[in-house]
Amino acid sequence: MGLARVVGLLMAVLPWVAAAQGSGSATLDAVRARGSLVCGVAGNIPGFALPDSQGVMRGLDADGCRAIAAAALGDAGKVRFVSLTTTNRFTALQAGEVDVLVRDTTWTLGREAGLGLLFAGVNYYDGTAFMVKKSLGVDSAKALDGATVCVQPGTSTELAIADYFRVNKLKFSPVTIQDLQEIRGAFMAGRCDAYSTDGSQLAGYRSTLPVPEDFVILPEVISKEPLGPMVRKGDDKWFDLVRWTFAAMVAAEELGVSSANVGSFATSTNPDVRRLLGIEGDLGKQLGVAPDFVANIVKSVGNYGELWTRSIGPTGLQRGLNRLWTQGGLQYAPPLR
Amino acid sequence: MSGLLRSERVRAWVWQAVILGGLGLLIWWLAGNAARNLAARHIATGFGFLDNAAAIPIAESPISYVPSESSYGRALAVGVLNTLKASAVGIVLAMLIGTAVGIARLSPNRLASVCAASYVELLRDTPPLLQLLMWYSALQALPAARQALHAGPVVLSNRGLILPVLEWQTAHWAALAALVIVAGFIWRSAARWRWALLCVPMLVWAAMGAPFEMERPVLRGFNFVGGMTLSPEFAALVVGLVVYTSAYIAEIVRSGIQAIPKGQWEAAGALGFSRAQTLRLVILPQALRVILPPLASEFLNLTKNTTLAVAIGYQDIMSIGETTLNQTGQSIETIVLVMAFFLIVSLAISGGIGVLETRLARVGAR
Repeated sequence: MGLARVVGLLMAVLPWVAAAQGSGSATLDAVRARGSLVCGVAGNIPGFALPDSQGVMRGLDADGCRAIAAAALGDAGKVRFVSLTTTNRFTALQAGEVDVLVRDTTWTLGREAGLGLLFAGVNYYDGTAFMVKKSLGVDSAKALDGATVCVQPGTSTELAIADYFRVNKLKFSPVTIQDLQEIRGAFMAGRCDAYSTDGSQLAGYRSTLPVPEDFVILPEVISKEPLGPMVRKGDDKWFDLVRWTFAAMVAAEELGVSSANVGSFATSTNPDVRRLLGIEGDLGKQLGVAPDFVANIVKSVGNYGELWTRSIGPTGLQRGLNRLWTQGGLQYAPPLR
Repeated sequence: MSGLLRSERVRAWVWQAVILGGLGLLIWWLAGNAARNLAARHIATGFGFLDNAAAIPIAESPISYVPSESSYGRALAVGVLNTLKASAVGIVLAMLIGTAVGIARLSPNRLASVCAASYVELLRDTPPLLQLLMWYSALQALPAARQALHAGPVVLSNRGLILPVLEWQTAHWAALAALVIVAGFIWRSAARWRWALLCVPMLVWAAMGAPFEMERPVLRGFNFVGGMTLSPEFAALVVGLVVYTSAYIAEIVRSGIQAIPKGQWEAAGALGFSRAQTLRLVILPQALRVILPPLASEFLNLTKNTTLAVAIGYQDIMSIGETTLNQTGQSIETIVLVMAFFLIVSLAISGGIGVLETRLARVGAR
């Protein structure tokens, strides 16, 4: 009976003790008791969350959910996706129907102050843009005076275009339909001259059209739309876990750790890498999850760059603002230590 | 004491008090529970948001409204007016078409009755939402603004039906005032003065130079400017609801007519009334008493079904309410406002029909 055995026994017993005491986060406890994460996504936006031909949810938001599950449960597959509309998303999160909302939702002061919800980070820096038919002969948003614009109600796009047209002293007439297919149908039928939503969504939609060249995304980006995951206020430990899950994926890209090479870093001497992967330090313990939670995320889901290339890459969008800060972008992970 | 308790009236009072008290307690508990939960979830409460500027773009508004300048209160008022507009137009049209179809269904003309019967069955048996979506896509299949169909000054495209409007001037106001004054004078007076109702306002208008200029729709940029637009969203909602509800009204009218004993038809026939006269002067006035109560339900249904407008982009109170609650997060407050509005409208409709019923009952008793 050496010291090693005593330590081994303690290691085996400790998680039980921890489980009995709870993690200090009601949401994390509920996720563990259920054995799965319930994640609110759009479910109809290419590049962010859209089921593939096998019915598996694919996209940047969907993979964000998987990363949280990998951190909380050690298994990226244990996610139940709930598709939410722009109008019922906040109610679903407030009422506890979903543990986290990763649904192209713009971080604004009003939403944090008024809704009882918090943004845990930014997984995509976006901006409102317009798409028109090429045959319309319009090449600038400034030329849209008097145009009819299709927009989904309850979105920050609505707020952005109301301001944009007012500031530029232009007139427009809205057509607001909640259902995504219906609003796109109205645009296609020519009920509207322009379709407005986040630039990433326009690019994703354009790439799915039979002849994408017939449509133009106007160059103006008229608003800041930082999209990110949301959680309920009042469960700070859960907020921490979600925030640092997303930060860890950016940090992994910064350090060059990817799903393909994460194993080879086991012997790394770089202290940042050793802390990130849980080889030294206690980052996982501080968050109430496994010490190697980041290694788990990267192994099963990937780093931020991998997520981006896999989900957004096929839509033809440039990474732009979503490059790492070291490459002139805005994606910047605070130190994980 | 025991005598008091045995009294039928006292017992009835006690029961009513107990039930009312219980209901009060339940509401008090629900309100307290909601307030506690909202506080626990850090959600702001109160109606203060109604004064904040609303960045809701609204396509059609009977009152002036500027997005991101006007308040949420005003935006909701626009929604109320839009709902009232759609339901008022819808109720009148559904009533007219429903009555015509109901009568046609009983027509001895085989073609008319078969057509009316299939109209009713086809429309009653499909969900209203589906019908609205169908009408809306049908209207979208119209040509684009630049290829619009013209019929004189009237323009039809997938942006709507655009009609020329009269340019309203002082002379028109004067003529309107004259009409009101004349109507006031000849109210309840002999029929021989009725000609003045039309002639006097016309003379006033002519005396002021008889201005008559139409504002015609002109294609400018993306769309037509000027004139009055009947939007595809409004048209799809009204047509969809009218067609759907009129099928039910037709059945109500038919059952009302069939409830009148056959002897009435025969008696009227014996007096030399034609079929149309019998229907108009003998049958329908009596059938109305049977028709009114279920008709009130149909009016209520049509009014409440206007909330389906969300699906086709007509901005009614529900659509604007949903956007408001989404932008402000004040779900309970907004839903309470929308529910209060529908409650008031519904009570007004059933109250109005109730008044009609009592008046008819008095006429019938005479």
